[in-house]
Amino acid sequence: MTAAPAIELRGIDKRFGSVHAVRGVSLVIEKGAITGIVGENGAGKSTLMSILYGLYRTDGGEILVEGESAPMDSPRDAIARGIGMVHQHFMLVDTFTVLENLVLGAEGGPLLAGGLAAARAELLRLSREYGLTVDPDARVADLSVGEQQRVEILKVLFRGARILILDEPSAVLTPQETDQLFRILATLKERGVSVVLITHKLREIMAATDCVYVMRQGQVVAERRTADTNPEELAELMVGRKVRLELDKAAPQRGEVRLEVEHLSLVDFRGVRLLDDIDLQLRAGEIVGIAGVSGNGQTELLQVLAGIRAPTSGRFTVCGRTVDAAHAIDPGEMRDLGLAHVPEDRHRQGMVAAFRASETSILGYHDEPPFSHNYILSNPVVGAHCAKLMEQFDVRPRLPGLLSGNFSGGNQQKLVLAREMARKPKVLLVGQPTRGVDIGAIEFIHRELVKSRDAGCAVLVVSVELDEILSLADRILVMFAGRIVGEVEQGLADERTLGLMMTGAKAA
Amino acid sequence: MRALRRPLPPWADIVLLPVINVALAFLTVGVLVALIGVNPLHALKLLIGGAIGSSESIGYTLYYTTNFIFTGLAVAVAFHAGLFNIGGEGQAYIGGLGCGLAVLALDRYLPGWILIPLAIAAAALFGAAWAAVPAWMQAWRGSHVVITTIMFNFVASALMVYLMVNVLIAPGSMTPQSRNFGPAGKIPSMHDALHTIGINVAPSALNLSILLAILCCVGVWVFLWHTPWGYALRTMGHNPEAAVYAGTNLKSMTMLAMCLSGGLAGFVGVNELMGVHQRIVLDFPAGYGFAGIAVALMGRSHPFGIVLAALLFGALQQGGAELAFEIPSMTREMVVVIQGLVILFSGALAHLPRPWLQSLLALRSS
Repeated sequence: MTAAPAIELRGIDKRFGSVHAVRGVSLVIEKGAITGIVGENGAGKSTLMSILYGLYRTDGGEILVEGESAPMDSPRDAIARGIGMVHQHFMLVDTFTVLENLVLGAEGGPLLAGGLAAARAELLRLSREYGLTVDPDARVADLSVGEQQRVEILKVLFRGARILILDEPSAVLTPQETDQLFRILATLKERGVSVVLITHKLREIMAATDCVYVMRQGQVVAERRTADTNPEELAELMVGRKVRLELDKAAPQRGEVRLEVEHLSLVDFRGVRLLDDIDLQLRAGEIVGIAGVSGNGQTELLQVLAGIRAPTSGRFTVCGRTVDAAHAIDPGEMRDLGLAHVPEDRHRQGMVAAFRASETSILGYHDEPPFSHNYILSNPVVGAHCAKLMEQFDVRPRLPGLLSGNFSGGNQQKLVLAREMARKPKVLLVGQPTRGVDIGAIEFIHRELVKSRDAGCAVLVVSVELDEILSLADRILVMFAGRIVGEVEQGLADERTLGLMMTGAKAA
Repeated sequence: MRALRRPLPPWADIVLLPVINVALAFLTVGVLVALIGVNPLHALKLLIGGAIGSSESIGYTLYYTTNFIFTGLAVAVAFHAGLFNIGGEGQAYIGGLGCGLAVLALDRYLPGWILIPLAIAAAALFGAAWAAVPAWMQAWRGSHVVITTIMFNFVASALMVYLMVNVLIAPGSMTPQSRNFGPAGKIPSMHDALHTIGINVAPSALNLSILLAILCCVGVWVFLWHTPWGYALRTMGHNPEAAVYAGTNLKSMTMLAMCLSGGLAGFVGVNELMGVHQRIVLDFPAGYGFAGIAVALMGRSHPFGIVLAALLFGALQQGGAELAFEIPSMTREMVVVIQGLVILFSGALAHLPRPWLQSLLALRSS
């Protein structure tokens, strides 16, 4: 008889009112293996894991841990059974050291000293055993995002977890950090830890897992050995129809220069050079992609070009208007010039979660006709405008009155894109076009970007997803440490050379 | 991840929840009242009778309501911009100074139909100016308005005492108040106004300022939800970064929001000084500025809700005075306790019954 699996779920069911979030899910998580659970946003992956971790109580079905029935009434039960969860958003105290975070909730007595000493010894052992190196005395705020995630994993292991659940762990990581994470997971697997990886990124499933469950609309629709499947098949299973992962587009028809950047620099109040002598040209009818590990100045470049921040030195010219430190511009004037901007972080910049979708659909254009006439906003006009955008960009559900925050990530992004493309801009800046967006919507968004390029728009795309840059861009610029370190025509670029440039190791 | 409990339907959020809050407050008040040996039902009857029992008491209730509408709107406008204006008290005080000075300076030269609008504008201007200083300090210097507006209440109070004792005191007077306003500076009382069109009601402090209050409600509603500035203001309140992205200048928007807020609070001076006292007196804001916070909270920062909440607070003020008059053991302080409990339950504890209500409604619907 073979050993019992780490976890077995039998017929798990969960309803929230009228929403049937999880429908009779049964799956097996093998010991000492990496199991992937893949599905679009809202497919029920996170709900299922929250049930397993005791955050939600199941309405039906049974959870077995190591062959024993294990009712999970709270995370306490899950922890006692050796299940640990690393959340998408870290649960760390920024001002504490790594060690202090580790003992949080497991201090081991009224005086900290003893607990800390024991924890330090245990941390060293874990670090050695799993190859998870972190300085125990570093303040969490000073660590990189990847290191913070390592602390989260250590925290879970410290509490004795043998089964590790990671919910969208790469959402906040750079490609390099993601690769490191996968190496860590592989080590954990070797040491007999069972890992559950929840994600909607197929590349990660293919790279890291041994077997994969595909969820759609609350059900497990397929189970595959990772070695026996491919991204196309998984995408089709997730979405429920054929999906084209490859983007086909014609060669660009380049026109006049719409955006010219010369010696542009940005220095922050501490004197750090965020942008260092940037030169670039963007022509009508082409898509220029900016690749780079997040945090190398792409965010700031977009902010400066959109008029949100003024450059420290150098200048750029958009549609005939030159902007430099002495001639600053605000985002409203930029829009008047014919520039549209899809911000990197739609939640923080591109929309207002508490506003109705119709209100979000005019953000930035709210003081212009036809929405505003004689200083009065016309709600019927705004509503009709939003309904039209929703129709064109297939935003679901088609409810202009629904709060923006209640739409899924992909639909929020489509709404923001629809808004920015509605005016047929001359220049379109797009930051992370498909971050947190479902596969079906990614396909759609990419096609829309190419369509607007073909209509003569000059498109600048910033993305940390290399695949995306490779398939979208006609010309690729690589940013590192605030500088543009390389430029490659599409077709001449491959992932490896770009990856090297992104780390500053090679200039082209 | 979906929330365990579904949000309440709008009718429950806007109507049922506040009603439950007030009921809880009254239940607690009832226990307190019984403890000091008064029959709660008797007290309740007196309170309600005192607030709406006669045309006179209704008049007084509406007169207090007027003040609460002004300060409630003031807090709400700032709140929609993400700013917590606790300086309504001082802004009302200085607003009163503004309309008072306008009337004292001009009541011998101008007829009422010119002077009154001028004085109302002066009240708004002075109130706005008093809010503009903390707003400026927040926008350009990063001093938080919560702190500075509180400080400005004390500054306003000290300034008014100085002015009333040393500058504006009527010659020969022993009390620190200005000379009486001329007839041109009087906002007609409601009973006089109604009398001219043939309706007779008992005299009360209610005056035509209440029309200004209603106008302000409509104005605030139109401004916030039907103009591009209101849209930008609310965007800033919900998500300042999105407001920057949309091209809004946060500094000037902070100034605009606070000045509107201060101007609205300044109208308390119109109701009090031009409607009732007919001279500048000390301490006329009497806590309306602070109560405005509770009114705005209870009214969910919506003008319609604020009218309802202001009516409740006005009724409590008037009914409470009646209660203190009728039952000796119900002191003035006891009435303040009652108001405090209503503020506590509908303000600080406003969301206390929400989970129960959600479970209850979920139970019913499933």
